Amino acid sequence: MYELSVVVFILLSLILYALLGGADFGGGMWDLLACGPRAERQRKAIAAAISPIWEANHVWLILVIVLLFTAFPPAFAALVTALHIPITLMLGGIVLRGSAFIFRKYDFQSEKVRHRWGAVFGVACFFTPFSEGMVLGALSTERIRYADGQVTTGFFAGWLTPFAFACGVFALVVCAFLAAIYLALYTQAEPDLQNDFRRRALGSGLALVPATLVVFLTAEAGAPGVIHAMTHDGWPMLVACGISGCAVAAWVALWRRWFAFARLAAVAQVALILTGWALAQYPHVITPDVTFHTSAAPEATLRLLTFALCAGAVLLLPALIFLYRLFSLPEKP
Amino acid sequence: MSLGFHIVFAALGIAMPVLMCVAEALHLRTGRAVYLDLAMRWARGTAILFAVGAVSGTVLSFELGLLWPGFMKEAGALIGMPFSLEGFAFFSEAIFLGVYLYGWKRISPFMHWLSGGVLALSGILSGVFVVTANAWMNAPAGFKRVGDKFTEIDPIAAMLNAASFHEVLHMTLAAFVAAGFAVAGVHAFFLLRNRSSEFHRAALGIALILACVSAPLQIVSGDFSARSVAKLQPAKLAAMEAHYRTEEGAPLFVGGIPNDELKTIDYAVRIPKGLSFLATHDPEARIVGLEEFPRADWPNVRIVHWAFDLMVLCGMALLGLSAWTGWRWWRKQALPEGTWLLRALVLASPMGFVALEAGWVVTEVGRQPWIIQGIMRTKEAVTPMQHIVVPFIAFTLLYFFLAVIVILLLRRQFLESSHV
Repeated sequence: MYELSVVVFILLSLILYALLGGADFGGGMWDLLACGPRAERQRKAIAAAISPIWEANHVWLILVIVLLFTAFPPAFAALVTALHIPITLMLGGIVLRGSAFIFRKYDFQSEKVRHRWGAVFGVACFFTPFSEGMVLGALSTERIRYADGQVTTGFFAGWLTPFAFACGVFALVVCAFLAAIYLALYTQAEPDLQNDFRRRALGSGLALVPATLVVFLTAEAGAPGVIHAMTHDGWPMLVACGISGCAVAAWVALWRRWFAFARLAAVAQVALILTGWALAQYPHVITPDVTFHTSAAPEATLRLLTFALCAGAVLLLPALIFLYRLFSLPEKP
Repeated sequence: MSLGFHIVFAALGIAMPVLMCVAEALHLRTGRAVYLDLAMRWARGTAILFAVGAVSGTVLSFELGLLWPGFMKEAGALIGMPFSLEGFAFFSEAIFLGVYLYGWKRISPFMHWLSGGVLALSGILSGVFVVTANAWMNAPAGFKRVGDKFTEIDPIAAMLNAASFHEVLHMTLAAFVAAGFAVAGVHAFFLLRNRSSEFHRAALGIALILACVSAPLQIVSGDFSARSVAKLQPAKLAAMEAHYRTEEGAPLFVGGIPNDELKTIDYAVRIPKGLSFLATHDPEARIVGLEEFPRADWPNVRIVHWAFDLMVLCGMALLGLSAWTGWRWWRKQALPEGTWLLRALVLASPMGFVALEAGWVVTEVGRQPWIIQGIMRTKEAVTPMQHIVVPFIAFTLLYFFLAVIVILLLRRQFLESSHV
């Protein structure tokens, strides 16, 4: 019981990280890709939207990690051993993203230096979610094997497969899509900027179609378990239908300029994608050898952790909502 | 390595919000603009430090597993708890830092100050949680060891282990001392250049109060820590003091070059019965020497001994400086700004961090070869990854680069403020 509740908390944190932290990365991508006559204004709006909240958004990832290593220590150990290389690369991206962003903000030296930091920030924003998608994808590939408390397949299994790459690309496009929708809402006081971000959202929404197709095509060979569950089991199949529905709804809403509704649909879409994947994957952490059941920490730890999570949620959620409400729109001049 | 980098930011992250809050409270009470300016400028510095601290902290949470998967697999259930709680504390830090940095115009001044207070409190709490996890590695508790498995796990008992209290106290005070003197030194430097600056004078005053109150407390807590270590980890204490042979009325050696082969120490200053007195407050007490432990269980005596002496040296120097400052302050009934005192403060500004790092070396290297004292050796815990040197060097270079940038940026922030 407690085991399942911790798993649910991990999934929720992962979804929130994708929705919030992912959008921050997407913002960085649009920063790098900013173009046209309003490029500087786009960058300004992105920076203003991200600045107050990106650190809080980033904590969701830390939460996923500490929950995993507290509640399922052997699974965590196996995961970081097998995926040592992509995780290290991802961490490099995380460090550069955060540092470059803050350096750009406070480095008044010259425009040139600031542009250089901006470029580092933007590139790191592409690189990090790509490697994160790759790591998540690798968990489903069934290439990482584990026996007698050891990873037996070395350091290159799983994450170098076409499926993992497809997941990385998919994660990129999702981040860009979310960010563009959020930004369109954020810039509602400036219609020209809002139009820019709407166009970007529509474009990345379209790009999701081939990205999804590639994930499914590579999954045939790359992640047979997940694809089987998605197309045969009741729940994952239902979720898959829900995802498509939300995707279409989000795109149409954007087209009709119902921005708030578009955001809702996009959020639901991304949440469902991760939920569907988790349902297809459960109870495995790393298919096919590592499950939550076999790696769970003792009952005492799980029980205490569940209580701590509930208490933490009660204390922190109001603070988080306060934070997002406070900064949901740009400061009035 | 990452820890050595992160610890500086963590310490500043604990102490800077306290300084900001004091400055803002003074502004709210006195209405003087200089305090508000100070709070805002310190906040900008904190923003830079916090961002780098946050990302380096993320790297750490992964590195526990990347470097020591064997350790995490066994001990995760026991020490994950403080890390999870730290996650919450860090969450609240990140939320309220956002509110604090960007909410100047969006919420009322009192609410703003309050969010600073929550920020400072969560900073201290997250430090506390992380240190309890480290303390557990020094004094493992909350489980039964059957074969090579942990059973009957009690995460709360693990958090409240015998080393927690003294480590938490020592580390929190260390953060205040180090950050207090570092900040004081910076402002003293600018005051030396421009004596009339109201801004730097206000800043120096606040930083000095924090530093000079914490420094004597820190010495007391250090004494308490030493006695706890004598009880919990006699091998570590023996290495700290380069104490090879078990004796009653053991002398204290300061400095010198420990010689593992001959079990002697060359060129050291010898204080008769000093060690017995320090470790137990009884000059005749029997102190266990390293010779009682198998050679394979010795830490690197030279490193531990030198690091320990360096830490104590810095601590004592800062204590002396606090006493000097306090005395001048009391005599003048005003902020002391004698040229020599300001120069000394400038000189002393890195000392707190030197002591902090040295102390970290003592507690970590002093525990070797164990990763969990008496239970698991470090080599059983490390990753099977062969080319671990590569990411290690890459991250070291990256951190070095970041440190340089941070220092340059902070310098520029301060240079700008020097015109005020």
